[in-house]
Formats: sequence, C-alpha cells, structure tokens
Amino acid sequence: MQLFPCPFCGPREESEFHYGGEAGNLRPDGSEVTAERWAGYLHMRDNPKGPTREIWVHLTCGEFFAMSRDSVNHKVSGSSVLGEAEHGA
Amino acid sequence: MTRQYSALSLFKEGIAGQTGWEKAWRSPDPKPRYDAIIIGGGGHGLATAYYLAKNHGVTNVALLEKGWIGGGNTGRNTTVVRSNYFYPESAAIYGLAHSLYKSLSTDLNYNVMFSARGILTLAHSESAMETAARSVNAIQVNGIDCELFSVEDVRRVVPIYNFSPGTRFPVYGGTWQPSGGTARHDAVAWGYARAASRLGVDIIQNCEISDFIIEDGRCRGIVTSRGAIRAERTGMAVAGHSSVLAAKAGFRLPVNSYALQACVSEPVKPIIDTVVISPDTGVYVSQSDKGELVIGGALDRIPSYGQRGNLPVLEGVIAGMLEMYPIFGQLKMMRQWAGIVDVVPDSSPIIGESPLPGLFLNCGWGTGGFKAIPAGGTLLAHLLATGRHHDISRPFDLDRFARGRLVDEAAGSGIAH
Repeated sequence: MQLFPCPFCGPREESEFHYGGEAGNLRPDGSEVTAERWAGYLHMRDNPKGPTREIWVHLTCGEFFAMSRDSVNHKVSGSSVLGEAEHGA
Repeated sequence: MTRQYSALSLFKEGIAGQTGWEKAWRSPDPKPRYDAIIIGGGGHGLATAYYLAKNHGVTNVALLEKGWIGGGNTGRNTTVVRSNYFYPESAAIYGLAHSLYKSLSTDLNYNVMFSARGILTLAHSESAMETAARSVNAIQVNGIDCELFSVEDVRRVVPIYNFSPGTRFPVYGGTWQPSGGTARHDAVAWGYARAASRLGVDIIQNCEISDFIIEDGRCRGIVTSRGAIRAERTGMAVAGHSSVLAAKAGFRLPVNSYALQACVSEPVKPIIDTVVISPDTGVYVSQSDKGELVIGGALDRIPSYGQRGNLPVLEGVIAGMLEMYPIFGQLKMMRQWAGIVDVVPDSSPIIGESPLPGLFLNCGWGTGGFKAIPAGGTLLAHLLATGRHHDISRPFDLDRFARGRLVDEAAGSGIAH
C-alpha cells in the first residue's frame, strides 16, 4: 500500500484518495468558446509519461489538493494546497 | 523448408528430425522508404499489417515494435473474446472482430485456440437483473447472440459458485453470450506476424520511434533508433502509450493511461469451463488450457505507465473471488502483472486520421483491446490503404469528442471505467 501525502492530514493510504485530473486544465471562460476548445477542456489530456502534476481529493477529509508524482515509478515528490495555477486567476 | 503448418508437415518434420522448419517471421533491416508504416507490434498493429497485405495488396509495409512483438498488452490480457455490447456501432465493430476470430486459425494457418466456451456476466441484485434484461434486449436487437440467465441457469453453468444463503454477492441471474470465449493471446500475435511476414511485410523489433518526420504539415515518416524511415501513410496502434506518440506528433488525445492487473493460479484440473464476469466485484475468471485460473479485475485508479499494478486493487480482486468461489481458497497464485491501457471517456475506441494528416490512429480500446484485434487491424488497414473510413470505423473517429456524439459504452454496457 502506497502512502500519499495529504497537505491537511499528512501521509495516508492510497485507497483514501481519488484522482481528480491533470493540474492546470482550466475551464474555458466566456460565451465564444468553440466546440474544439470545450472538447479540449473536457476530454483532451497530456497524459504524461514521467513527472506529472495532478489534482487529487482526499476522500476522508474532503479536501482537493495538487500532487506531484511520477507516472512510471509512482514516486511522490510533494503535495500542496491548491493555488491560482490550478484555479485560474 | 517447411512453410505450411499441417498434420502432414508435422509428421514429415517428425521423421526428418524437426530440421526443416523455417522461422515464423523474417527479421529484416528497415528500408529507407515504404508504402506504409505501422507503429506497434501488438495484436492490432500486426493485424493491420496482415490485412493491409491480404485485403488491399499493400505489401511494402514496415511494422515497428520498440520491444518484442506481443510483449505489451497482447501478452498481458486475460484473452476474453466477446461482442455483447449495447450500441449498434459497438456491436458492428466487436461483431466484426468476433466473426473474424472464429475463422482466424484457418485464415492464418496458425492455431489461435479460439474456444467459444460462453461468457456469463452475473447480476447480484434485482435492479442488476433489470439492467441485464435491458442489456440483453439491446444486444439481441444488435443481432448478437445473448440470453438472460436465471439463477438455475447460472447454477447449471457455474456449479462451484457460492450460492449459500447470506453470501455477500448473491446471484439473481445474469447475461450469457454462448459464442463468446477465449483465444490464445500469444498465438494471435505470432499468427498475424507469421502471416504478414509471408505476404511481404517487414517486421522490425527493438526499433523505437524518437520522432515523426513532418513536412508541409503532413506526416512523411518517422525517425527511429534504427534510422529514418519514410512513408506517406503511418498508422499507430500503441495502446497505453498513444499519448506519448501523440505529443511527439503535436496533438493531444482524450486518453488516460492506467494499469490493468491480472494474475494466474497454479494449474489445476478442469473446474470452470466458461468465462464468468462479476460487475459488482469487478472480478472475472476463466481457466486456461494449461489449467491455470486466469483472474482479472478492475483498473487501478491511479494514472500510470508502470507495468506492475498496485496492491489495493489486487486485494479487492482476490477478496471478491474468494467470496464468490470459496473453493479457490487453497489455490496458490503463480504470477501477477499489469498492462498499461488507454482509457477514453466513453470507453470506445478511437480509429481514424489524427490531427496530423498522414498519421492514422487505432487506440482507446481501454480494457478490451484483445477481443477487437481482427477488427482494429481490418479498419486501420482500410484507412491506411484508402485514406478513408470504413463504414464501421466512421463513428469512432476522434472528431466525436468535439461533436459530442460519444459512443458511451461505459454507461451502455456498464464497463467498469
């Protein structure tokens, strides 16, 4: 069982967490958004092999946060409270 | 040299001391130019090469594999072949694959050991039975053989199931596709490789793609660890690594890569003669011809390119299996592994020209690529030969994500992802 670091609760078992998506995938704003742009936001992903920064939710405390991780060896290099980069300005 | 496999050639070679067998496929050095390039030496890529040569007469083809053929998901799946899908578009594509599987051994002159032993999907509650009835109706309307099973039917087909009162996963019935079954996964890869090679396709292993050659906004070939190779049309069938290649080509795909685990037990005497799937536990089990129980489960819920899998899902699979089949409690497990699957939001494949003209896609099969190999090959070959969609592949174009016309088998068939 791998431990993931919740910025609020500390290290907890991986089964307490749920993947929320790639960090920095911001919802398009305004009324003139094309179908392609919506499809990009909703469906298209970088899906990187190697270092990746993702949004996760710790199900037991209900908090969303950002986690930096390697998608090949699963090593976690850190986690942080969501900031402007993840929310948009 | 003995080329054709038959009882007679087996007999002759037996007398001649097995000295006359030729290699199943050639291993030539890559040429600088081909009519078409196929990236990925799994089942889908190899089938594409074979059908390009057989159906379209395009034999000046290179198939490139970064490792060894069949070493990815083709060698890591649980070998199930079925076509019981909800939407007509899916029934057409998986039905095509299923019908080609039935005659594949004869077609390839290679025994792929397709065994139509039937597939049972269990229903563990009254509401699941209602969903099952709806599903059976839809599948029958699609022209696919499927029946609604009662508890008695399940008891007849899987007598070893835990039917005791108070069990955690009681059976209310299920759906049954009698023509579904299993095939020998390695044989599918090797059979297609041998047949394609005999028709003139160059199968080149240990050849990794480092970049695409893009000129005038078109894909004109690829740069590999063994030099540049040019072709006007390139197809890619690389499953869980589709996003990695797409990034090199300059576009993104609606793909998330996850590990899908499976495991096998020690070989035992025949105990289960069908494939049984439990959507509630995510566990499916069948028995290989060697006697091993082949056990699969749901996806790891962590995006991953690590081909091994994490413990929580494996624990859940084994726990579910033991509750459903207490008789397996004494079994020793021999091997566990994972393959990296390309999961798409609607759980349907992506087939068609990519945003980079001249590069064609076959990906997005998620957890169900093996069963679709003959169809994936046929359809990608059609695209590479003609530049146009086959009627069956048209609904699965990448453009469906912008048009909103998804083929949502995650909702339709209750696929677990």
